[in-house]
Amino acid sequence: MEFSYSREQQMVKQMLKKFAENEIAPIAAEIDEKAVYPYATIGKLAELGLMGMPFPPEYGGAGTDYLTYIMAIEEISKVDASHGVIIQTHNALCCWPIYTYGTEAQKRKYLPDLLSGKKLGAFGLTEPNAGTDAAGTQTKAYLDGNEWVLNGSKIFISGGGIAEVYIIMAMTDKSKGTKGISAFIVEKSDPGFSVPKHENKMGIRGSIAAELVFEDCRIPKDRLLGQEGKGFKVAMTSLDVGRLGIAAQALGIAQGAFDETVKYMKQRKQFGKTLNKFQALSFEMASMKVKIDGARYLLYDACYRRDQGLPASVPAAEAKLACSEAASYVVDKAVQFHGGYGYIKDYPVERMYRDQKITEIYEGTSEVMKMVMSGEIFK
Amino acid sequence: MKIAVCVKQVPDTTEIRINPETGTLIRDGVPSILNPDDANALEEALRVKDNLPGSEVTVITMGPPQAKEMLQECIAMGADDAILLSDRALGGSDTWATSNALAAGIRNAGSFDLILAGRQAIDGDTAQVGPQIAEKLGLPQVTYVKEFSLEGDYVKVKRALEDGYEVLKVKLPCVLTAIKELNEPRYMSVPGILKAAKHDIKVWNAVDIGVDLTTVGLKASPTNVFKSFTPKPKGEGIAVEGDTPKEKAASLVNALKEKHLI
Repeated sequence: MEFSYSREQQMVKQMLKKFAENEIAPIAAEIDEKAVYPYATIGKLAELGLMGMPFPPEYGGAGTDYLTYIMAIEEISKVDASHGVIIQTHNALCCWPIYTYGTEAQKRKYLPDLLSGKKLGAFGLTEPNAGTDAAGTQTKAYLDGNEWVLNGSKIFISGGGIAEVYIIMAMTDKSKGTKGISAFIVEKSDPGFSVPKHENKMGIRGSIAAELVFEDCRIPKDRLLGQEGKGFKVAMTSLDVGRLGIAAQALGIAQGAFDETVKYMKQRKQFGKTLNKFQALSFEMASMKVKIDGARYLLYDACYRRDQGLPASVPAAEAKLACSEAASYVVDKAVQFHGGYGYIKDYPVERMYRDQKITEIYEGTSEVMKMVMSGEIFK
Repeated sequence: MKIAVCVKQVPDTTEIRINPETGTLIRDGVPSILNPDDANALEEALRVKDNLPGSEVTVITMGPPQAKEMLQECIAMGADDAILLSDRALGGSDTWATSNALAAGIRNAGSFDLILAGRQAIDGDTAQVGPQIAEKLGLPQVTYVKEFSLEGDYVKVKRALEDGYEVLKVKLPCVLTAIKELNEPRYMSVPGILKAAKHDIKVWNAVDIGVDLTTVGLKASPTNVFKSFTPKPKGEGIAVEGDTPKEKAASLVNALKEKHLI
């Protein structure tokens, strides 16, 4: 067992640390405040290979392993979680299912533009009445000659309206429950597809989430992704992969908030000494570090298992639970230790506090992670 | 076009601290980086390559084995090849001895149409090695380059001066030293990083480059570090008082007389 970063990983972390400090940190507060998608920085990250990192070069990917990709998401999220989730959703929930379940023709058609970042990808499973309970999916699709016709709507879709390519789950046979769900590739320009509303979110406000509407949305027959009735599997395995990225995002937020607090405590004086000289606070920082480092080992271990082709579903759930809980704990203390300054927007911990919450909700809630884990414990 | 870029690994001075008692740098735990001006030199070489496909960019440095890491970073930015001159015989070289080694290394690597270097390194701040390499290779040189364009067999450059700039046209091959105004260095890319980690960096010793051993290393160096210290801050200045220029001049003369300076 080795516990050291490879040279590739060191350089990826070094490059992204510099990029995040120089390019993302100066705009992070503004994209949060105005809730605008950061086209310019995502464009630059695409040029550096971030929009197709863990995919093979033959389709235009950078060709790293999953662990290195996860470290990249972590590094970016230390500075801004919106950038982290934009890259994560695109890679794990759009590129990955196409790469894994797509026909060769679908891969050739979509992956080069997606992996180069020329087009952004998104994923639509959640609906007003179906999230964790996917069997409640009401969006329907039926075959009409050579076309699938989609009707229904999706909500809270990350990248909605910005993305050009969407992986959409729709019922092709309601009577079969989750086995009646199929996955489709929908393009932004498809007739009958619209994005009527952007959500006004608590955090990760630079990542646009939107409602998607399908009104007799007609797409060619060959846009079915994987087999008919296997959409639930496409969705669940994608979310398994996605979980690692969200765990990395949470871990990045935790580390970012921790680092900000260290910096603040070393310069903030009260009662004639800096905050780090108060043992009650500095001991608490030690406890926070234990949570972050512990969560990181679980995450890297889950990624290692995935890279080795070992079962990684349960470890991914455990890693996501640990990282998002560590982040929750750390951002809370980070704001507390900043005092009043932590509650105003001049310090980044205020944003990190809001950004963190979603990591316990999306790509499987903490409760779902516990369902996955307890199922394994008592199998 | 074949381009050589001379680079140096330096401590990241933004993170460096100075031992207040000895006045020397505390290098423990300080990350090493590609010297910033050298990054500008490399960027300009890479831009030439972007515009002239088929061009080759070779980075060359002299340093200890760990300087390989910086060379990998240059490959990850887009350089094609990297050479490390590393030998105990080269250790302790001053700028004169360093440029002897680098000039020999460049000669050994082949012929280049263009040689770029950073203006100066942030650890020594001498700005001597680039110009000395040009002299030793017998090539024309332009220092402090802030704008660059290729015009056939010539390069047209703007050379920054304290109070303006010169526009110069130089025939290739030549040596240019870059300043930070020249460009914005690119980041390493992920595909570049993967390539760099596998790249076989050439490591040459003093014998490999055929350098005269009496012209390199500490003993051959005409300059030696006698003492390093942090200069004491200057005392507070005074503003000369007076209503008219004549009064101010008189007041200044008095002040200088009081200090027995005139």
